[in-house]
Amino acid sequence: MTTTPQQGTGVSLGMPQLPAPDYPADVRARLDADAKEVIARYPDSRSALLPLLHLVQSEEGHVTRTGMAFCAEVLGLTTAEVTAVATFYTMYRRKPSGDYQVGVCTNTLCAVMGGDAIFESLQEHLGVGNEGTTEDGKVTLEHIECNAACDFAPVVMVNWEFFDNQTPETAKRLVDDLRAGVQVEPTRGAPLCTYKETARILAGFPDERAGAVEASGGAGPASLIGLRLAKGDLPQPRVVHPRTGGPQDEAPAEHLSSHDAPQETSASDPAHPAGPTAEEGE
Amino acid sequence: MTLAAEIDNETSPEKLLAPVLSAFWDEEKSWTLETYRRHEGYEGLRKALAMAPDDLIAYVKDSGLRGRGGAGFPTGMKWQFIPQGDGKPHYLVVNADESEPGTCKDIPLLFANPHSLIEGIVIACYAIRSSHAFIYLRGEVVPVLRRLHEAVREAKEAGFLGENILGSGLDLELTVHAGAGAYICGEETALLDSLEGRRGQPRLRPPFPAVAGLYACPTVVNNVESIASVPAILNRGKEWFKSMGSEKSPGFTLYSLSGHVTSPGQYEAPLGITLRQLLDMSGGMRAGHRLKFWTPGGSSTPMFTDEHLDVPLDYEGVGAAGSMLGTKALQCFDETTCVVRAVTRWTEFYAHESCGKCTPCREGTYWLVQLLRDIEAGKGVMSDLDKLNDIADNINGKSFCALGDGAASPIFSSLKYFREEYEQHITGKGCPFDPAKSTLWADRPAAHSEVNA
Repeated sequence: MTTTPQQGTGVSLGMPQLPAPDYPADVRARLDADAKEVIARYPDSRSALLPLLHLVQSEEGHVTRTGMAFCAEVLGLTTAEVTAVATFYTMYRRKPSGDYQVGVCTNTLCAVMGGDAIFESLQEHLGVGNEGTTEDGKVTLEHIECNAACDFAPVVMVNWEFFDNQTPETAKRLVDDLRAGVQVEPTRGAPLCTYKETARILAGFPDERAGAVEASGGAGPASLIGLRLAKGDLPQPRVVHPRTGGPQDEAPAEHLSSHDAPQETSASDPAHPAGPTAEEGE
Repeated sequence: MTLAAEIDNETSPEKLLAPVLSAFWDEEKSWTLETYRRHEGYEGLRKALAMAPDDLIAYVKDSGLRGRGGAGFPTGMKWQFIPQGDGKPHYLVVNADESEPGTCKDIPLLFANPHSLIEGIVIACYAIRSSHAFIYLRGEVVPVLRRLHEAVREAKEAGFLGENILGSGLDLELTVHAGAGAYICGEETALLDSLEGRRGQPRLRPPFPAVAGLYACPTVVNNVESIASVPAILNRGKEWFKSMGSEKSPGFTLYSLSGHVTSPGQYEAPLGITLRQLLDMSGGMRAGHRLKFWTPGGSSTPMFTDEHLDVPLDYEGVGAAGSMLGTKALQCFDETTCVVRAVTRWTEFYAHESCGKCTPCREGTYWLVQLLRDIEAGKGVMSDLDKLNDIADNINGKSFCALGDGAASPIFSSLKYFREEYEQHITGKGCPFDPAKSTLWADRPAAHSEVNA
């Protein structure tokens, strides 16, 4: 964070950056009002920092230096204190990214159930690597950690809405629809809004869209399995097959046996060779 | 292992399961206040408010309710530790940062029935004399965040939150706080630091949160399911609660079945049910496959094999068998799954999520990943296996928080049960498994153009 802005092929001289530019006055006035509301929720103003970082992300799509300077100013912190926090949490993006963040769970259970194959086929299909954005600026692909939906594995999240029981084919159709501007509805969650709009909900401002709360109905099919058995609704255990309710699909044509080699996860990305310990300072 | 398909009285799901929190998830608009009240919602609160706060704490303690977030600490005792009359504000913080790999109970609970948590929060705050509570929800679950926002709005409008709740004199503000992606924030002191607007790193204890928690004030940190279980205990009585489960592990709980099983999903049952019973009633492993290994409570709990199918899934039973009940996340893997691949991926997760505060975890998880990746790629040597064990031993019990212990669990347990499989990777210079066979679609009729072995 202390290098000079990149100027062509110039060598960094290790000079500190100039202060971040301010928001335009109208944006600043709007964010000030929002920030006041966020801060009022907490006994101590610093607690508002995480939601405020979501808020500045909702303005620009990622956490910019301007956004961090804004947070520092309204909370009476230094930009160093704000940067330390912004770089700790994975949901804060530090570079411009797509309208739709497509996160494929590649933690063990989802990976084994097909998450690795889905992630690989999406990388190939979109022509981007982990954390890469398509040229049209629509989709940013990344692999994510366990998202608490293991009974719906393999899981893909788009802007943190659930797309359950995915396959490479359904996932490819999903990103094609996103890029084509087709309205996409998750298995569990509301019709997709952009990443910026999602970030505003995360800042604690309820989704105002009509029908957003009730969208996709109650619990998903897997969540109801035990209840149905307990009620005797499913008297023949051998025919219980919740997955028949999920997205249907033919399997991938290719046999993906090359997967056994360690996958190109973010931690094994050659561009970030030091692995997990290097990610803070990217 | 073949799981019997026939159902007799001992294995009938009607007898073995006990839906309480999940009892009406199948109703239309199950998440609304209206549905909740139709199912005696907020009746437990009325009974709680009729008691003196100290009596209420004693009642919850007597019920035997233990924390559902992993450690199993008695909930009532946590409440009792809050010093009263100290003149400081008290806080209740609900840990809804569900991120342990395999764990998927709180998120469906909050999606389908958020008012059970809110009612539990009001009861707990009355007991510990708190006027401000927080729900720390992991940020990556926006559908749940929406329903929590709505549930809080509804509860406020109906007078279950706000000032002078139901005429009791209790004022309570409830803030829903979305995290920003960090597994470590599920550790209670890291969660408190995060809620204070800092990097989520664990704190040294003592002082414990009950004495110096949020803003250095007395704070109770409870898991979602623990708090959501309280209203039913109040409404139906502690004797009813104790009639389920065992003496030391009473009550009902959510078991989350996932992986290579016929029917992954949520199963609410009295504590002490076994994996065999759950599989028997739900169609067993996926057709044509055998159970190979499973976790009783997420990736941080030492793995089990098919030898452990009859272990009672309660705190004592799982502990006696050498693991931990944890979050009751029963991730089941069949014989197509490479245990080295599974453990490597979990270890990559711990390395990624290590907060960096303490050396054993930060450095140890990093080196475990290097060794495991080599072994998985067929580049390992036999001495690597002892080295893995050695590094895990230097993390376990020597780290600042439980994340380090969690990282060591899959290493120790997989070496204990599957050392041969590690050796195969080394002697065979590669992985003998075909990952395509493990996928959800592997056995579908049109799955392969080639012949399936």
